[in-house]
Amino acid sequence: MGKTVLEVNDVTMQFGGVVAVNNLSLHVEEGEIIALIGPNGAGKTTAFNVITGVYAPTNGQVKFKGELISANYPHGQMRRKYLGEQETLDKYSAKKSLTPDRITKLGVARTFQNIRLFKNLTVFENVLTAKHMRSKANFLSATFGLNYKEERKNRQETDELLTLLGLYDVRGEIASSLPYGKQRHLEIARALATRPELLLLDEPAAGMNPQETDELTAFIRRIKEDFHLTVFMIEHHMDLVMEISDRIYVLDFGKLIAEGTPEEIQNNQRVIDAYLGVQKDE
Amino acid sequence: MSRKQKNIGTGILILAAVVLIALFDNDVIGNAYVKRVLNLAAIYAIISVSMNLVNGFTGLFSLGQAGFMAIGAFSVAIFTVPEQYISSIFYIEPMAPWLAAIRLPFVAALLVGGLIAAALALLIGYPVLRLKSDYLAIATLGFSEIIRIVFTQLQTITNGALGINRIPGITTMWVPFGAAAVCIGIMVLLIRSSYGRAFKAIREDDIAAEAMGINLSFHKNLSFAVSSFFTAIGGGLYAALLTSVDPKQFYFTMTYNFLLIIVLGGMGSVTGTVIASFIITGGLEWLRFFDEPLSIMGVNIPIFRSGLRMVVFSILLMVLVLFYSKGLMGQKEFSWDGIYRQYEKIKGRLKRTSAKRKGGAA
Repeated sequence: MGKTVLEVNDVTMQFGGVVAVNNLSLHVEEGEIIALIGPNGAGKTTAFNVITGVYAPTNGQVKFKGELISANYPHGQMRRKYLGEQETLDKYSAKKSLTPDRITKLGVARTFQNIRLFKNLTVFENVLTAKHMRSKANFLSATFGLNYKEERKNRQETDELLTLLGLYDVRGEIASSLPYGKQRHLEIARALATRPELLLLDEPAAGMNPQETDELTAFIRRIKEDFHLTVFMIEHHMDLVMEISDRIYVLDFGKLIAEGTPEEIQNNQRVIDAYLGVQKDE
Repeated sequence: MSRKQKNIGTGILILAAVVLIALFDNDVIGNAYVKRVLNLAAIYAIISVSMNLVNGFTGLFSLGQAGFMAIGAFSVAIFTVPEQYISSIFYIEPMAPWLAAIRLPFVAALLVGGLIAAALALLIGYPVLRLKSDYLAIATLGFSEIIRIVFTQLQTITNGALGINRIPGITTMWVPFGAAAVCIGIMVLLIRSSYGRAFKAIREDDIAAEAMGINLSFHKNLSFAVSSFFTAIGGGLYAALLTSVDPKQFYFTMTYNFLLIIVLGGMGSVTGTVIASFIITGGLEWLRFFDEPLSIMGVNIPIFRSGLRMVVFSILLMVLVLFYSKGLMGQKEFSWDGIYRQYEKIKGRLKRTSAKRKGGAA
């Protein structure tokens, strides 16, 4: 404990005139389960996309285990059009953006809000594909089967992973033919196959009924222990969030409005206002 | 079905193919015309499978096949045409002397063509493969046209629009069929390796593939370069089969032949592509009688004239695409298990119908 895994500093993400994420700073410590919540359109998924390298931020920096993975500052035209927090405008002067695959290689894996499996491939192939990144064979030796030892090991590990996650009996099925809940599990299994240290879950319980949500809660706890993970997730199911999280960040209109333990968040007036809406007396 | 039965089945198929080729090759059955059509189909199979590698397996809509084929064809033409004919072929402007000095054996010329095509593919792939779907199609189509026009202009290298003839021809069917077996075999191995799985992942969902640590630009370029390499090999064989090349042959309509084959065979199926390339090449020849004038009982049927063949062919294709929108095989491959399942299904249906009949009679 005590090592910072993920550090997001003053990240602003602006699309045209829309500031989707405004000056977001947060940190995730090793072994924690952190939740990012907020009403629809608050910028949660955008924040995830910045962390995983899908978008380069407009301002601010992201560090993974102390290593800079993306950084930017408003320059050129953006300097004039910048609508984010003005205080941090001149704080950064570095520019760096790793592509998503490089960030995954460092040990950050993610799942998607709208499930993105390799639909026409089998469950087994879905997970095995994620092992490709860590294999060392070049394409010639892979073509001519010179890496058969590595290949055999990957297949074995894939089977072990599927067994561990209760997907072994459906390993031969086409991914899109699985029931919804299993597809969610498979997406997590595929992310785990990249051997991450930090797992980002984007609404893992979306569309699940209370019973499935309970199962998922237990499942996340279990994989966190088994794979020594740090978990950072976006979630709307409050019972899941409140039960599982060590700390919670709350976003509203791109801005961080609260941070704290589940109890603190539950009693935070600003959070309640953001969720329920509040009549403003002008 | 047991593994042993499957191996026996595969063995019998391969043996049958070898015996058939041997029979054709030694003129026991068929004639020169049939042999030529079969050779062409084998060469088309190489090019179509390599096109399928990019379009069907990696999910990139590329239409540059004719251009890469031209590179292979001209490489074979330039490097294998015998020295004594060079001056008579290049009669408008002589061949560049440094080029005339290099004479290569057929296989070396094939490989040189393949490597040049792969290098060019990497060169244009880097900027162009960022594009998606129809934009990529237009960019690659344009590239293929550029190659054709450049080849038309390079008088001292390609003999311009006149082209090169008197290329030493293919004398035995083992060359195109052997080359097809080797090239397609290598591509199948690549598809079945972990790189092939990465290609399929990109086809299925490139955002998810990238999030799983697959470097998109590297894998797209790899697939594109390998495909171009084997397309050029196919182009080289094509030049040797026809014994003459000129840039007009590699007009962009050439690419549509292969597009047709992979759509018919199934995007993402190697066996489907191979079967389709024989059906299309053979079918186009077989339908030739539509181009001949036909008279029934002394009455001349007016619509039977040259060109009708393509009309009939297009209608057949439309029907096929309407009812088999995924092609013959979809993304599946030929497998003994699949055949066995079909067999069981038909057997079950026969049993049911006969049972019904009995029930009806009683």
